[in-house]
Amino acid sequence: MFVKRLGLAAFLAATSVVGSAWAVALSDAAGRYAISKNGSSIRFVIGKAGGGGLNGAFGRFEGTIRIDGGDIGRSRVDLTIYPESVGTGEGRIDAFLRSDAVFDVANSRQITFRSTSVQRTGDKSAVVTGQLTARGNTSTEKFAVELQGMNGGQIRFHVSGKVLRSRYQMDVGTPLYSNIVAFDMQFTGRRG
Amino acid sequence: MLRNTKTRYGWAAILLHWLIALVFIGQFALGLVMVRIASQRTSFELIQLHKSFGFLLLGLVLVRIGWRLGSKSPELPEEVGEMERRAAPAVHLLLYAAQVAVPLSGWALVSVSVLEIPSMPFNLFVMPHLPLGVSEQAENFWIVGHQWLAYAGMALVALHVLAALRHHFWLRDKVLVRMIAPSLGRGGGQE
Repeated sequence: MFVKRLGLAAFLAATSVVGSAWAVALSDAAGRYAISKNGSSIRFVIGKAGGGGLNGAFGRFEGTIRIDGGDIGRSRVDLTIYPESVGTGEGRIDAFLRSDAVFDVANSRQITFRSTSVQRTGDKSAVVTGQLTARGNTSTEKFAVELQGMNGGQIRFHVSGKVLRSRYQMDVGTPLYSNIVAFDMQFTGRRG
Repeated sequence: MLRNTKTRYGWAAILLHWLIALVFIGQFALGLVMVRIASQRTSFELIQLHKSFGFLLLGLVLVRIGWRLGSKSPELPEEVGEMERRAAPAVHLLLYAAQVAVPLSGWALVSVSVLEIPSMPFNLFVMPHLPLGVSEQAENFWIVGHQWLAYAGMALVALHVLAALRHHFWLRDKVLVRMIAPSLGRGGGQE
């Protein structure tokens, strides 16, 4: 009986330690983080007329997240995506997306996002506003960010947002395909 | 005069004939251009336009077939020989078959394509895919099938045009002109 109680106590202690390690507020996560490829992903979906959607992801991207502990509003996010790394699982669609019809990677090799403001919306959430530049067109976009946890020197965020592709000369195929690109991103940052 | 008589075509048949001719030949030209153009964006947009006109063509042809079945066909002039009298309806039947088969095969092609691109004629409504299995093999089959049916259809159109020109310039009868306006078919026999 005593052994059973001891085992239960040890289990509860262990889970509470793990829980507290990941349960962290934005203000506690101050520092500069480099986005790591491991544990990070940038996925998107574009709705199709009649249902379903075109799902894709970018395989190559890099960036930094700097969290200002004193004033979250002064935090910064910089992200660079290489559109040549786009993948949908269908080679012909990938070639089409890389072509002049969409990303025009021959003339525009990067998509960049530079934050201009961070507005805290909760203990672990914020809205990041910034300038998104693609194909030489820059527009202001907003993304919802949620801090998922922190462990050791690593931090995890989930980011979501919707972007109108017509703002970036990428509106080919509308209204067959929606003008809205819904992003679902997961970022793991390493401190340093 | 909307309806056909024994010697003349009515406006309904005449308008459908020329509209279908225009769309069919235009579709053939568009089909050749859209897959050869360098810009992928323009190519994509032309393919969607080709699909839209393909559905329009199918609709027009079905209306025309219905009209043909529901009304009399003008007879050929008495001078027309026995062989041509037999060949003409056969070519017309093949033309109708091609006009249905070409857009249908295009519809099959977009339905089985692994790209799964929806069809939205003239951006008005979503046309559902045909209930066919999606696969790369099926897509390749229908690409070839659609192309060859289009070539065969154009060969029949050429044959049809040559026959009409022969009637007009060689036989000097009213077979061609009666398909231009009902009034031009007058005097071709008892109505």
